Amino acid sequence: MTSNRLTMPILRNMPAILFVLVFVLFSVLDERFFSLDNFSNIVETSAFVGLLAVGMTAVLLTGGIDLSVGATMYITAAVVGTLLQQDVNYIVAILAGIVAGTSWGFVNAFLIAKVGLVPFVATLATLTVGRGIGLLLTESRQFILPPVMAYAATDVFGIPLPVFVLAIVVVAAVLFLRYTAMGRQIYAMGNDIEAAKKAGLNVVRLTGSVYVISGFCASLAGVIAISQQGSISAGIGEGVEFRAIAAAVLGGTSLFGGIGNVFPGTVIGVLLVQMISTGLVYLQVDLYLQDMVAASVIFFAVLIDAQRMRILGRLERRNIRVEKGDTGPPKAKPAPAPS
Amino acid sequence: MTDLILQFQGIEKAFFGVPVLQGIDLDVERGTTVGLVGENGAGKSTLMNILGGVVPPTTGQMLLDGKPYRPTDPREADDAGIAFIHQELNLFTNLSIAENFFISDFPTSGRLPLLNRRDLNRRAKEYLALVDLEVSPDMAVERLAPGERQLVEVAKALSTDAGIIIFDEPTTSLTARETERLFDLIGRLHDDGKTIIYISHILGDVLRLSDAVAVLRDGNLVATGARDEFTIDRMISSMVGRDIENLFPARTAAPTDDLMLEVRNLSKAGISHQIDIQLHKGEVLGVFGLMGSGRSELAEIIFGLEDFDEGEILIDGEVAKSLSPTSNIKGGMAFVTENRREEGLMMEATVSDNLSLAALPEYTSRWLKRVRSSPLAKSVRETVDILSIKVNDAFRNEAKGLSGGNQQKVVLGKWLMTEPSILIIDEPTRGVDVGAKYEIYEIIDQIAASGTAVLFISSEIEELTGMCDRIIVMGQGEVLGSFERADFDRESIIRTAFREYAA
Repeated sequence: MTSNRLTMPILRNMPAILFVLVFVLFSVLDERFFSLDNFSNIVETSAFVGLLAVGMTAVLLTGGIDLSVGATMYITAAVVGTLLQQDVNYIVAILAGIVAGTSWGFVNAFLIAKVGLVPFVATLATLTVGRGIGLLLTESRQFILPPVMAYAATDVFGIPLPVFVLAIVVVAAVLFLRYTAMGRQIYAMGNDIEAAKKAGLNVVRLTGSVYVISGFCASLAGVIAISQQGSISAGIGEGVEFRAIAAAVLGGTSLFGGIGNVFPGTVIGVLLVQMISTGLVYLQVDLYLQDMVAASVIFFAVLIDAQRMRILGRLERRNIRVEKGDTGPPKAKPAPAPS
Repeated sequence: MTDLILQFQGIEKAFFGVPVLQGIDLDVERGTTVGLVGENGAGKSTLMNILGGVVPPTTGQMLLDGKPYRPTDPREADDAGIAFIHQELNLFTNLSIAENFFISDFPTSGRLPLLNRRDLNRRAKEYLALVDLEVSPDMAVERLAPGERQLVEVAKALSTDAGIIIFDEPTTSLTARETERLFDLIGRLHDDGKTIIYISHILGDVLRLSDAVAVLRDGNLVATGARDEFTIDRMISSMVGRDIENLFPARTAAPTDDLMLEVRNLSKAGISHQIDIQLHKGEVLGVFGLMGSGRSELAEIIFGLEDFDEGEILIDGEVAKSLSPTSNIKGGMAFVTENRREEGLMMEATVSDNLSLAALPEYTSRWLKRVRSSPLAKSVRETVDILSIKVNDAFRNEAKGLSGGNQQKVVLGKWLMTEPSILIIDEPTRGVDVGAKYEIYEIIDQIAASGTAVLFISSEIEELTGMCDRIIVMGQGEVLGSFERADFDRESIIRTAFREYAA
């Protein structure tokens, strides 16, 4: 029991601990890392992965997964690009792109919640098909965007627009997940789907909603990403699902559902992922090694997640006998519920 | 004139043609606490599931306040003022206590769809006060001890303002102090005029809490009456009292003296305590215990599914250093779990595929590991014959099409084909009709006669006294007693199992 009393707080606060460790490590290794310029750069470049990770957090809370976020970004980008080529107003084009991306989330919701496909398989399919749709729309050509699309470089209230959008989405997600009935029911369903059904929760609607949310977040990410890049190419959103999942899991969201939060959890995770890739650049780590190092960190996070579930499972197991000297459980300290 | 809140009239229930409840007539007076006792499988849970709207009765009816009451789902039972506190808890451990209270129907404040946590917590605190639980309603359920969770579940039940409250084995995971607290609460509910149905194996508790007692045996109500008419002795003899003959085949071979499995001083915190077991070749050793006595957990430790803290396990005279299911199966051990649907059978696969699964390595060619199908098919046919598994074509028909008894025979047959040296069987006849039971007993006898050491776990004492050479009785993770075949006596075995509770 004593070791558990020590392990549990460590496991619970792993994201913050990792964040501080990595931060200190890079700051010690390279003094240029410890600069305001670098920090704002990290925050700004993490905006679009952050948007994806917020949606991914909602999906992971149900015990599901969304592999199609990169393809959704690409569909959004392709729709925006195609409409711009037809001289459609850029605001209309962006809105149409967001609608298209969110619809792709509805497709996931239908396949998983209604048809009952396993999330992994369903979103693997929509990932492949979605990329195909994007290629079809753009005929795999690269568009250079007009200057009006450079909104990512503008500031809102002195904050770069991508960061501002991310902040709004984070606030909205926290309100939804922590302060609405539906949000709490998503947590409940992720904890025990059978008990959720017994409690009369609409699990089809709850399951579907998170994929729509993820689709919406991914299309916002697409809109931000193309503006930051200044062009639309077939490479948009390729492999980002891994970074989004990694950010959410590094932020303490469990792949098994029911555990995790957007703030501070996922936000820390996103910054951590970006800090690692930026830090590796500063340290001039071989470009070919960078992916491996980043992947190792993520593997480590997933490993901890699995351990955490195992330990939690052991702690929750019913005891058959009362051992001598056990006059009752240790008095649990009042603490706020995790969100 | 007595005031009856609930009446069962001629309730019968059969699962797949097997009767579980027969002609139950029971009247419950308003404001009383009724203790419901019986052996495992006597039908207590089924009767309460009918009351709670989980399953419908086959025939018969219930009257609630004199009016017919036919719930079709648990929600209707809720609405009728019947709260059911299950043995296993239905709480979301990642949410706060308050959120668990209101999860299906969150109150929101004002026009925004946002929760008013302060209001939520204030109302939850009122419910918690009902059960005297002084914790913050904002605390996550996972931080609560088992006993506190139980109280939260009770508070949740009380929040619906139920008139009838069913407690199904509420104390199995509680410490002595937590149990006292629960009993105080039940006493207060009783004083407030609530009607309570209390199910427990702990007969002393039943006597202490109840105004009336009802005893079920094999789906029949065999005794009812006021508490004063009952003693623990009378309850036990009512629960047991039945003679059976010829339900078991004669044992064909005597056990040997060769030690096959030995468990020495095995302990695991919270699960097992200083367990010693000796199992010989050709012996059938019965393990009897009430639910939650640690029988299945012991089997899982021996089979290597769970680790242990102290002691050692010797297989064929050698100390097993690391136990794992893989090494155990290689070493000739087989484990038929109590969960055959989930763990023992591939429902979509053919009977033949199921039978050959465990023995497959013995039927593969030496180098390429190709399955040699004709010898395999021959053995499958022999096994189907020996076990008289009722199937048209063992190579085409899927396991899910078989009856429960035949499915269980397939599970046993799977291990029979590997010719195991140690066979652990956990509740092999649960949900199996009488005829198939007899055949399963015959199979067990044959397996033992071939020299296999059999560990036979069951909560049906008849089948243990009928089939075993020796029976050990477990309770609270300890071995409470051991009986040789010559000394088998149903009553003293049950007394041993209940000993700590009766004391």
